Amino acid sequence: MLGFILKRLLLAIPTLVAVLTVVFVLVRVVPGDPTLVILGDQASGQARADLRAKLGIDRPIVVQYADFLGQVATGDLGRSLATNRPILDDVAHVLPYTIELTLAAIVIGVAIGVPLGVLAARRRDGVADWFARIVSLLGVSFPAFVSGILLLIVFAVQLRWFPVISTPRTSSVGDRLGSLVLPALNLGLLMVAYVTRVTRSGMLKALGEDYVRTARAKGMGGRVVVWRHALRNVLIPIVTVVGLYLGALIGNAVLTEIVFNRPGLGKLIVTALNQRDYNLLQGLMVVAAFGIILANVLTDITYGLVDPRVTAR
Amino acid sequence: MSAALVRQSEAPLLQVEGLTTSIRVGGAWRDAVREVSFTVAGRETVALVGESGCGKSLTALSIMGLLAAKVGRVSAGRITVDGVDMVAASERQREAMRGDRVAMIFQEPMTSLNPVLTIGFQIGEALERHRGMSRKAARARAIELLERVRVPSAKARIDAYPHQFSGGMRQRVMIAMALACEPRVLIADEPTTALDVTIQAQVLALLAELQREVGLAILLITHNLGVVASVADRVLVMYGGDVVENAPVRSFFARPTHPYSEGLLKAMPRVDSAGELVAIPGHVPTLPDMPDGCRFQARCPLRIERCTERPPLAPLRADPAHEVRCWVRAS
Repeated sequence: MLGFILKRLLLAIPTLVAVLTVVFVLVRVVPGDPTLVILGDQASGQARADLRAKLGIDRPIVVQYADFLGQVATGDLGRSLATNRPILDDVAHVLPYTIELTLAAIVIGVAIGVPLGVLAARRRDGVADWFARIVSLLGVSFPAFVSGILLLIVFAVQLRWFPVISTPRTSSVGDRLGSLVLPALNLGLLMVAYVTRVTRSGMLKALGEDYVRTARAKGMGGRVVVWRHALRNVLIPIVTVVGLYLGALIGNAVLTEIVFNRPGLGKLIVTALNQRDYNLLQGLMVVAAFGIILANVLTDITYGLVDPRVTAR
Repeated sequence: MSAALVRQSEAPLLQVEGLTTSIRVGGAWRDAVREVSFTVAGRETVALVGESGCGKSLTALSIMGLLAAKVGRVSAGRITVDGVDMVAASERQREAMRGDRVAMIFQEPMTSLNPVLTIGFQIGEALERHRGMSRKAARARAIELLERVRVPSAKARIDAYPHQFSGGMRQRVMIAMALACEPRVLIADEPTTALDVTIQAQVLALLAELQREVGLAILLITHNLGVVASVADRVLVMYGGDVVENAPVRSFFARPTHPYSEGLLKAMPRVDSAGELVAIPGHVPTLPDMPDGCRFQARCPLRIERCTERPPLAPLRADPAHEVRCWVRAS
């Protein structure tokens, strides 16, 4: 198992380098001159040339690339063009918000999606199945900004169960959890949708498998057959879908953070885009890439935990 | 445990009387097993023979109470396992019987074991369920069972997963699992079909040995007449849901009487004769197309007018233990 984990981690390195390269190229082919953004269109040619030299973007592209990789390797993401603050500080400030939001969304997705999917598969074409289908349809088809606003209107404005605006990190744990509920639910709805679908179809297949018949032939009751024998085999696609849609989750996190006015990576990305802050954007893409690759490695490791056949390969 | 579960030791261990099982085909319920009756006593092996779709496996699933409710049901008849009426019993009572007093092994050892659970756990599970054993005790007993079915280095492999075993070894694991609670009746559905010939012989020998040891009643489902000849005491030939011939194994092979049985034997390759293999012409009709009366009539060389009327399963005058469902041959 330890060897398996080590192998997965080593395999992630080339992926990371490839992603960093893409990020580097992408930022440099985007139209627009950063010096124009910083100095404005009234600046003289001399001032802009000076700034280019200062930023190091007058050097050959290969040198810039090597420099970039070296910086990332030492954990330095450079400075923001707009504020001149170290990007890592900005990221470190908002990252916990995004992590807590994403984790909460995954927890909600699994905690609701798995039981709902199992129930739907057991009562195929029954009420629970229709309910599950509607929930997953709503989950994937409702844009996060619409569902977010609906949640706010109903639960924050009308019912006043939760705060409209998220509370700062300094407030008490209860307050922070309270302000997490609605955004997490909003983001989690998407996860619920995906997890319900994959659990339902996986369970329908698993319940028809020979090993389920074997378990029943041993006298195992319905509950044991479903939760122990069938669901264990469905864990693999569930883990896959959670890992896979982590990326989609980050996209929706942007909208959720804006609707709920929460600090987070998503909001920072929007800020960077609005200000044409290419350095910040590059740094954020690196962080996002790190996050997704880390999620993939974790997904692979989880495979090893839920399916004994994976580590054997 | 209710009064219905009290054992009557005089009765045969497995009794099937007039079993009719219906399955749903395109919205209509049709009888896929018709009035099947037989008994299996302790230490006896009864073989259920026939082509795919003749109702052998449905008979087995009916006995186990494992028919999927939406597509299959026992519509008539009685099934008694070790004195307990499996048809009248509640699902809870059937669950209590399954894996305890009646166990089943399946054709595909590759897919019949759960890939994500250790084999030790899968064997011990029935002991925890029916014997109330602790996980630890069940594991210890599972090791003994694995040794009993001669899986080498059982202690080291108890925590291994099914994919780490070969087909023959997996079938041994299946047998160990089925016999964990010392059932009285074992249903073996094509237990050797998926295995190499040499492994087949080993598995059959193991089953026979375990049968002698614990007095099992075995219902063996197979389409392999070679297997029947080597292990069975009695043969039931099924065609289109009907038992068409029921005979002690010796007289069956000496005098196969139903035209379908004759055809089956002629279609079987033999070492001692150079004769050609003869296929039975035609194919088994699907359930909606099944003729009234004798279900073999369309393919039968001996067909007479009366065959549109269903013949009874009647004993032969020369040998009353030998029954056949045929107007021509029974007279």
